[in-house]
Amino acid sequence: MSAFGKAERHILIDPLFNDNPIALQVLGICSALAVTTTMDTTVVMCIALTAVTALSSASVSAIRLYIPHSIRIIVQMTIIASLVIVVDQILQAFLFNISTQLSVFVGLIITNCIVMGRAEGYAMQNPVWPSFLDGIGNGAGYSLILLGTGFIREILGSGALFKHQFMSLASEGGWYVPNGLMVLSPGAFFIIGFFIWGLRTWKPEQVEAE
Amino acid sequence: MVFALITCVICSAFICIAAVSLKTRIADNRLLDKQKKVLIVTGLMEEGEDISPEEVTKRFETNIVARVIDLETGEYVPEDEIDPHTFDQQSELSDPALSRKAPPNTAQVSRLPLHAQVYHVMDGDKIKKIVIPVEGKGLWSTLYGFLVLEDDTNTIGGITFYKHGETPGLGGEVDNPKWKAKWPGRKAYDESGEPAIRVVKGAVGPPSEDPYKVDALSGATITSNGVSHLLALWLGEEGFKPYLDKFRSEHGGTEAG
Repeated sequence: MSAFGKAERHILIDPLFNDNPIALQVLGICSALAVTTTMDTTVVMCIALTAVTALSSASVSAIRLYIPHSIRIIVQMTIIASLVIVVDQILQAFLFNISTQLSVFVGLIITNCIVMGRAEGYAMQNPVWPSFLDGIGNGAGYSLILLGTGFIREILGSGALFKHQFMSLASEGGWYVPNGLMVLSPGAFFIIGFFIWGLRTWKPEQVEAE
Repeated sequence: MVFALITCVICSAFICIAAVSLKTRIADNRLLDKQKKVLIVTGLMEEGEDISPEEVTKRFETNIVARVIDLETGEYVPEDEIDPHTFDQQSELSDPALSRKAPPNTAQVSRLPLHAQVYHVMDGDKIKKIVIPVEGKGLWSTLYGFLVLEDDTNTIGGITFYKHGETPGLGGEVDNPKWKAKWPGRKAYDESGEPAIRVVKGAVGPPSEDPYKVDALSGATITSNGVSHLLALWLGEEGFKPYLDKFRSEHGGTEAG
C-alpha cells in the first residue's frame, strides 16, 4: 500500500463532503455550537480536535491486535484522555489567552463522539497509517463545518473577523447592528442545519430513505 | 490485566512528562494573567488591550504595591517576615499551621488563611484604591477574584474573577465586561457598617438609586448567589473588615462604621 495512493486520498477527502462527521454522521455538534462565536477559538479547537483524533486513532491502531476485547473502550478512552490532557497543557503553556476562552471545551474533546467514533469504528480494524489519515480526514471535515459556522457567526454576530472589526458597530457610532441570534447557540444550530441542507441538495445520495 | 497496567503506565508517563516540562511556563502565564486582571480591575489597563508581558509587569510594579496582612487583626505583616511579592495565599490554605477552619459561611469556604494579600493602587504616595482577593463557591467551581474599593473603603471600584469553572454563557458571564461594568459606584457596607452588597434578581437601577444591589446573571442563580455570599464573607468580620476598619481610621475615611 503506497503512502498516498488512491485509497489514502479517499480516506482523507471523503470526510470533507461525502461522509462529513457533523453533517452526515451527526457527531460532535456540542462543541460546534459552543466555540464558534469567534474565529480564533474556532481555529484552535479545529487544530486541537484534528490532532487528538489523528494521534488517538494512530495509537489505538498500533496496539489494536493486543487490546483485550472486553476492555477496548476503556483503553481507547485512556489514550484519548491522555492526549487531551497533554493538548490542554500545551495550550495553557503557549496560547494562554485562547485556552482561557476555550476553558472547559478543550477537556470536552474527550467526550467528543468523533474521536471515540473513529477509534472504535475505524482504528480498531485498520492499520496505523490509514487510521492516522482517517483521523486527519474527519478532523478536516469537522473543521470545515466549524470554520464555516464560525465565519458566519463572527461576521454577523459581531461585525468582526479574527477580532478585526471591519464593520463598525452601531453601538460605537457605526452602521452595523450585530445579529444577536448569531451570538447565541441556536444561531449555530440553524447555520449547521443550512449546511446539512445545502450538502444534501448537492449530494442527494446522503438523504436517508423515508 | 498486564496490558491494562502497561497502558496506564505509558499514558501516565506521557502526561507527567508534558506537565512537568510545561509547569514553569504555565505558572508564568498564570502570574502574568493575575497581574493583568489586577491592572484591568483597577483601570490601569483596558480589557483586551494587547501589551507585552514586560509592559504588564512594568505597569504593575509602577502603580501597585503588594502587601500582606494578618487577616484576623488587620495588621500589616512586616515585609521581612513575609515577602508580599512571592506570597501565595492559596498555598497557606493547604498548610494547617498557616490556616484555620472557617466558621460556617454561605460561601462554602472551608478554611481561611492566617495571612492575606492586599494590593494598593498608588497615586504618587497616596493610596487611591485597595484591591482585596475574594473567593467562594459558585455552582460548579470556586470563583477566585478581586474586589476593588476606593480609598473610603466603601465605594466599589470594580470586581473581576480571574479563575472559575462556571458554565460558559451562564455563570461564566461573570467575565462579561457589561456585567462587570454594573459594579463601580456601588457601596459595600451600609450605614451601620454591615456588608450590604448583594447580587439580586429583578431590575436594578443605577448606583445612586440602588447602591447595595447588582443585577444577577440570567439563568445563573447559583453563581449569582455565590458571588453575594463570597462578598458577604470577605467583607465581613472573618474577612477583610478588621483590615478595612483599621485602614479607615488611619486614613480618615468619611463613611460611618
